[in-house]
Amino acid sequence: MSTQPDLTAKDFTSSQEVRWCPGCGDYAILKTMTQTLAKLGVKPEETVFVSGIGCASRFPYYMETYGFHTIHGRAPAVATGLKLARPELDVWVVTGDGDGLSIGGNHLLHALRRNVGLNILLFNNEIYGLTKGQYSPTSRLGTRSPSSPDGSIDAPLSPGHFALGAGGRFFARAIDTDKVGLGDVLRQAHEFEGAAFTEIFQNCIVYNQDVFASFTDRKTAAEKQLQLKHDEPMLFGTENKKGMRFNPDTFSLEVIDATEYPDQVLVHNETNKVIAQLLLDITSPMALGVIYKNPADSFEQSWYAARGKGLERKRSVADILRKTDTWTVS
Amino acid sequence: MSNEVVMNSIVVRLAGDSGDGVQLMGSQFIASTALSGEDFSTFPDYPAEIRAPVGTTFGVSAYQMNIGANPITTAGDAPDVLIAFNPAALKVSLPLLDKGALLILNSDSFVARNLTKAGYEKDPRETGELDGYQVVSADIGRLNLEAVKPFGLSKSDGGRSKNFWALGMLMWMFDRDLAPIEQWIRTKFAKLDVVRDANLEALHSGHAYGETAELSEAIPRFNVNVAELPPGEYRGISGSEALALGLAAAGELADRPLMFYSYPITPASPLLHRLARLEDLGVGVMQAEDEIAAVCAAIGASYGGAIGVTSSSGPGIALKTEAIGLAINAELPLVIVNSQRGGPSTGLPTKTEQSDLYQAVYGRNADAPLPVIAASSPSDCFDTAIEAVRIAIRHMTPVILLTDGYLANAAEPWLLPEITSYKAIESNELDSAAEDQNGGMVAFQRNTETLGRPWIAPGEPRRMYRVGGLEKDIRTGNISYDAENHQLMTKLRADKVVRVADFIPDQDTEIGLAQGSVAVVGWGSTHGALYQAVRRLGDTRVSHIHIRHLSPLPKNLGELLAGFDHVLVPEMNMGQLSTVLRDKLGIEPISLPKVTGQPFLINELIAAIRKQLPGPNVKATLSVTQGDRE
Repeated sequence: MSTQPDLTAKDFTSSQEVRWCPGCGDYAILKTMTQTLAKLGVKPEETVFVSGIGCASRFPYYMETYGFHTIHGRAPAVATGLKLARPELDVWVVTGDGDGLSIGGNHLLHALRRNVGLNILLFNNEIYGLTKGQYSPTSRLGTRSPSSPDGSIDAPLSPGHFALGAGGRFFARAIDTDKVGLGDVLRQAHEFEGAAFTEIFQNCIVYNQDVFASFTDRKTAAEKQLQLKHDEPMLFGTENKKGMRFNPDTFSLEVIDATEYPDQVLVHNETNKVIAQLLLDITSPMALGVIYKNPADSFEQSWYAARGKGLERKRSVADILRKTDTWTVS
Repeated sequence: MSNEVVMNSIVVRLAGDSGDGVQLMGSQFIASTALSGEDFSTFPDYPAEIRAPVGTTFGVSAYQMNIGANPITTAGDAPDVLIAFNPAALKVSLPLLDKGALLILNSDSFVARNLTKAGYEKDPRETGELDGYQVVSADIGRLNLEAVKPFGLSKSDGGRSKNFWALGMLMWMFDRDLAPIEQWIRTKFAKLDVVRDANLEALHSGHAYGETAELSEAIPRFNVNVAELPPGEYRGISGSEALALGLAAAGELADRPLMFYSYPITPASPLLHRLARLEDLGVGVMQAEDEIAAVCAAIGASYGGAIGVTSSSGPGIALKTEAIGLAINAELPLVIVNSQRGGPSTGLPTKTEQSDLYQAVYGRNADAPLPVIAASSPSDCFDTAIEAVRIAIRHMTPVILLTDGYLANAAEPWLLPEITSYKAIESNELDSAAEDQNGGMVAFQRNTETLGRPWIAPGEPRRMYRVGGLEKDIRTGNISYDAENHQLMTKLRADKVVRVADFIPDQDTEIGLAQGSVAVVGWGSTHGALYQAVRRLGDTRVSHIHIRHLSPLPKNLGELLAGFDHVLVPEMNMGQLSTVLRDKLGIEPISLPKVTGQPFLINELIAAIRKQLPGPNVKATLSVTQGDRE
């Protein structure tokens, strides 16, 4: 990693006036992002933010880096093409639940299964914001919206299950306003070589306010959030009195009294996909942090390895024009 | 050789089941044709199904080739020789043939079951419907099996070499050297000893059959005149190969990697396959998850400073349309290759049509013009590819390159160009004075002549910029919803395409004078047929004009066409170029549409031109018509 110790969060902030609604969770994410990049010491000119369409997708305009605000759902495809051509760049994809999982579901699926070296951030607010409040693929059953006045009837999609099912090798979760948790996840995503997919619970103050309050509320956070750390026991609650245990009868995770059964508390192993899936099944507490991380060669690494010397031109067209059977007319 | 026929040119059609290996047989025969110094043009005509039910008419795969003295510009109207591997192949091909043609029928396959499948109630060899043709029955299947018997292959495996047996016979008929084909078989089947040896044996056996059988009286031998091609080094080339090499050459001329992202679709896939083998030339290839991903990834590569190219056929281009608009708005270079096919919807995937001209010129939401150019022959795909990349980079715009199923698969001899004779492809330089004044966002300091912006890519410090699909300020590139700015930007995008015409050559005639009675105006793959028709007609009142630059049109085109009483526009659609000419030049062309999925025949074109000409032919004295072969 290149270092430029002199840069601050401000150096990563563009001169553009931010146009999200006052109080939108996106502000907090933007702030943590600029701080994290400054802390990581990355070069702004080697950083690219690629986005699709939606509130979240305005993100690149506010970053003093290279940025490409593309079309609805296609950011992972644009970013894949860019990363393959320029593997040395640090490419971030900013998408939302509608952009990434509805119109762009296919591209997200393929970016994950190929393990393209992208840091993909899904700002999940369970609603369509920019088009004024229709239900999204992550909206809960019965969500009333302008397009579902009687409540939505389609089952919501779980971004984590989607990612693991697609063969994704990195899945993390964070809360928009949780500077520490989000910052740590962003750092790990940045360091992961391959597709790092992060779901950020983002509060839409206008159309879906407090939809995540059951676990994001600071007052009850300790009881409702399971902050995961690799190789550390899955403890939560006031003074870490609670823990998660694997129940072999139901094949699921359950909450136990950690003081009573300290030996039965599971230790988080982020490379274990089965545990990751079980963590995704529980909603209380909500598992946060890096849920699954199991590195393998990234798409571009495999692609370049197969080519030998990268995109360097080893021969001229002139060298091969005459390689096939030719004849001379005199 | 008592039965030798000397010909200036000859049309041979090979037809059989999809699994009979007809395409391979044809391409190998053409390789030998090239080496013997004849001009040629080929046209594979194959079904949409990979292996349609055996023996049916819709499963017939054919390979037609026109070979001989130059100029050969089409695969020929009526075949002089047909090799039919089964009754269905005969049934499908017979309507194309004139009386007197030679039919070589694989008689083993003319059994009741196959005749019924082909829709014959009785054996056509016995009903008199082949009267007037020279019919030769040869037990190709049985003789091949006998030849390969020593290799212990199963009946079905042994049967696979019958295309080589037939090829051997064809090689004898044309007195060709077997050595290049033997070499090819040895290389191709290097790891499969038995298959290699069986194919070689089949080839020799077919050749010996012509040599020794009593049929050598019945099978004529052809002595085809050698072409008078311009001197130089040649190779046979298909449109897909030429396009792939042209794109690679463009990358070299621009000194940038060329990233080709595509999704398989008929008839565009051969380009994907070709480019996948050219990675040594600085070409990167990825098969994307869908058409939209392919174009978006290409745009991503262009944003990163590599030349982004995507390719598809009409239905796929439709899917890419929104992204093409993004490239227009972001002012990024991009080449979109459309190998056109019959439509609408899935249409006729393996048949040729030129019906995506409207889509290319007009087919986007909003005011979103872009340059459109078309290749006119297999070898012309090379130059057209370079030209497309040059325009895209010079004007920082997506360019649509139109080709079609015929061009993609057809082949011809190609006088090899010198790469050093092409000018380097340069991008717009950044005005350093402007850079100092503006500081940050200099990406939109456009060149005043090309209206193209500098191609700034990530990695360059101090030049970081954000861009996207939203309207942007004409100067800074920042998001702008300002009404007046949108008017300016829309005009800029239109002007940019207009400016392309400042950099392209004036339109010239292919044949004939710059004024007269009839201008036969075409574009794309009809070039060969139009050229040959006008040439054969040899009337000084008729000229052939072929348009490469379809948007914008060459600046002098209106003036040129005004010199003719009639503008006849034959095209393989319902009159799309006619509409464009009416729209852009305000003229009233006569449209000659054809949408049968088959190329124009020279005779039908001549008839259509004659209709516009009063009185008898006025014989040409132009040099281009000398050496006419009729």
